[in-house]
Amino acid sequence: MLLKELSEARGVSGNESAVRELLLKNLDGVIDEHRVDALGNLICLKRAKLPAATGAPRTVMVAAHMDEVGFIISGYNSDGTLKYERVGGIDKRMLLSKPVLVGEKAVPGVIGFRPIHLIGRAGTEKVADISQTAIDIGASGKEAAAKLVQPGDYVTFRTSFEVLSEDGLRAAKGKALDDRVGCAELVEVLKGDYAFDLYGVFTTQEEVGLRGARVAGYRVNPDVAIALEGTVCDDLPKERDRDVSPVTELGKGPAITFRDGSVICDRRLVKLLADTAEAEGIPYQYKRGAVGGTDAGAMHLVREGVPSVVLSVPCRYIHAPVSVLSLNDFENAIKLLRAALTKLEGGLDA
Amino acid sequence: MKELIKKLVEAFGPSGCEDEVSAIIRAEIGDKAEVRSDNLGNLIAFKKGTGGGKRIMISAHMDEIGLIVSYVDKKGFARIGSIGGIPIATLTGGRARFADGTVGVLYNEKDAWKGPEALSDCYMDTGATSPEDSPVKVGDVACLHRPFEVLGNRLVSKAMDDRIGCAVALQALLEMPSSPNDLFFVFSTQEEVGCRGAMVAAFGIEPEIGVAVDVTLTGDTPQAKPMSVELGKGPAIKVKDAGMLAHPGVKNWMVATAEKLQIPFQLEVLTGGTTDAYTIQTSRDGVAAGCLSIPTRYVHSPSEMVDYDDVLNSVKLLVGMLETEITI
Repeated sequence: MLLKELSEARGVSGNESAVRELLLKNLDGVIDEHRVDALGNLICLKRAKLPAATGAPRTVMVAAHMDEVGFIISGYNSDGTLKYERVGGIDKRMLLSKPVLVGEKAVPGVIGFRPIHLIGRAGTEKVADISQTAIDIGASGKEAAAKLVQPGDYVTFRTSFEVLSEDGLRAAKGKALDDRVGCAELVEVLKGDYAFDLYGVFTTQEEVGLRGARVAGYRVNPDVAIALEGTVCDDLPKERDRDVSPVTELGKGPAITFRDGSVICDRRLVKLLADTAEAEGIPYQYKRGAVGGTDAGAMHLVREGVPSVVLSVPCRYIHAPVSVLSLNDFENAIKLLRAALTKLEGGLDA
Repeated sequence: MKELIKKLVEAFGPSGCEDEVSAIIRAEIGDKAEVRSDNLGNLIAFKKGTGGGKRIMISAHMDEIGLIVSYVDKKGFARIGSIGGIPIATLTGGRARFADGTVGVLYNEKDAWKGPEALSDCYMDTGATSPEDSPVKVGDVACLHRPFEVLGNRLVSKAMDDRIGCAVALQALLEMPSSPNDLFFVFSTQEEVGCRGAMVAAFGIEPEIGVAVDVTLTGDTPQAKPMSVELGKGPAIKVKDAGMLAHPGVKNWMVATAEKLQIPFQLEVLTGGTTDAYTIQTSRDGVAAGCLSIPTRYVHSPSEMVDYDDVLNSVKLLVGMLETEITI
């Protein structure tokens, strides 16, 4: 299962090469050409295979980001443990005692902290600062650690992908589902034939400010742009009996974004996705709430502006060592996207 | 100009939904300029110069702050998110209006006397009793709902930010005698969410000079945070704000024009907020940018207040700036 391989691949922002290689292996024979740009974006082209209608977009860019949130090694402690910093948005309450893999050699380690015996009841109420924790790779001292790990090495959570339920919700857990689920969708979408040049762009450095998509968007110069994301899903119990909405819910279908923190989506594209879902009988939901930014935030502002939209798979607990999605949502996102792209061949205003 | 201002400020146009404002401006311009819209909805009106002048982009944003429905609960109350920066203390007891004219009352679930702590404490009552009979649904966008009023020499309305800038730029375009400069009047979109429209418009236009026309804050109300801009003391010429340092040449050109035409003016240093000039300035390989500001009280509230003389003087200053050859 490609989603499993993608989830387990290691690619913190700025070091996405392992994910890129895995994708390229799976795109062999699917795409017409590809290039890797200076920021590491994998830009794949699937040429138009069908005749285009007049007024239809000639170039469509669909982006999914390869990078995940993680850590970077910043130095050694004298006892052989490692100093580290966060890359991307990670809640520090998620860190303690988590298994990790360090550097290109995937050295196993854990994020260590003093046990409850030493911090007392009151201590358990406080959130430990990163500087009070360290990554422990079992090295006997600084020199032993330096043989295995260098400052600048990237660190990922060590989480295996697993299907949690075979039917019903068909939930699966894994790390980095934000946005390896988008990458897996995009591979499937690239297998279709369309009446426009489809650029499937696997972007870098989204988690640190939509950096890859900005330069890839400039290069591709698309007529329409779509970002595929794994997004916030907060359908767990709410406070008291307050009747308020979750951002998205698991298993209710892919989520269409009106706007998020980085983009107000093109209304024609929002309607195209919703109308397509209705026509095809594919479940869908709207993303409620404006949290987060996406590659669409960068793509819609390149050059003279690009009509853009975001389609997301809800992922519980994103930016944590493990998140959970529904394979139904994942498969429905692919179905919806392929149908919507076919409909887009009639033009944006059709 | 009051009729034009009333029409513009009462129009519906939160960020991303600027069509109604765009249609009004397009109709007012008529055949006085070559008009087009771009991918982000910017309305770009071009007046070709007689030659030998500069390529200038004037930008006033059409969008206003607004609200977006995020959920309709079992009893028909709508939960809302913000589009742009909403001072939530101004919402309780107010009203919002949707593009189709639907009106909702804004209130909060906390103590009505103290006001809400967060937008998530607020809700909108559209008269619905269930999601089924709700006239609004998730994703629908609303503007604040207040009429335009004339209070002495002061004008009050929602969306003065920045329809008053649109009115000034539009009036300047209509009054503009022949000019050596190629003038691109941009009525921009999505300023309130990050000056996004002006960013892409500037890329397309490639101006040598960029001038935003926008509102600025004042320091002339009781116990106001100190700021040396007052209502009625003339247009403000921006020196800097939180996003941009005005190009000294542009600032000096504005000052020299005001002095030559004997228009009262004030220099502006704004410590929070920015304008379209922020994204114009860093477009492509850089643009000499500045901003003509209209002093405005109660910015982002439903009752933004400007002084009519400041408005008329802003038009005079803008026309004076653009009609002659410029060396900056």
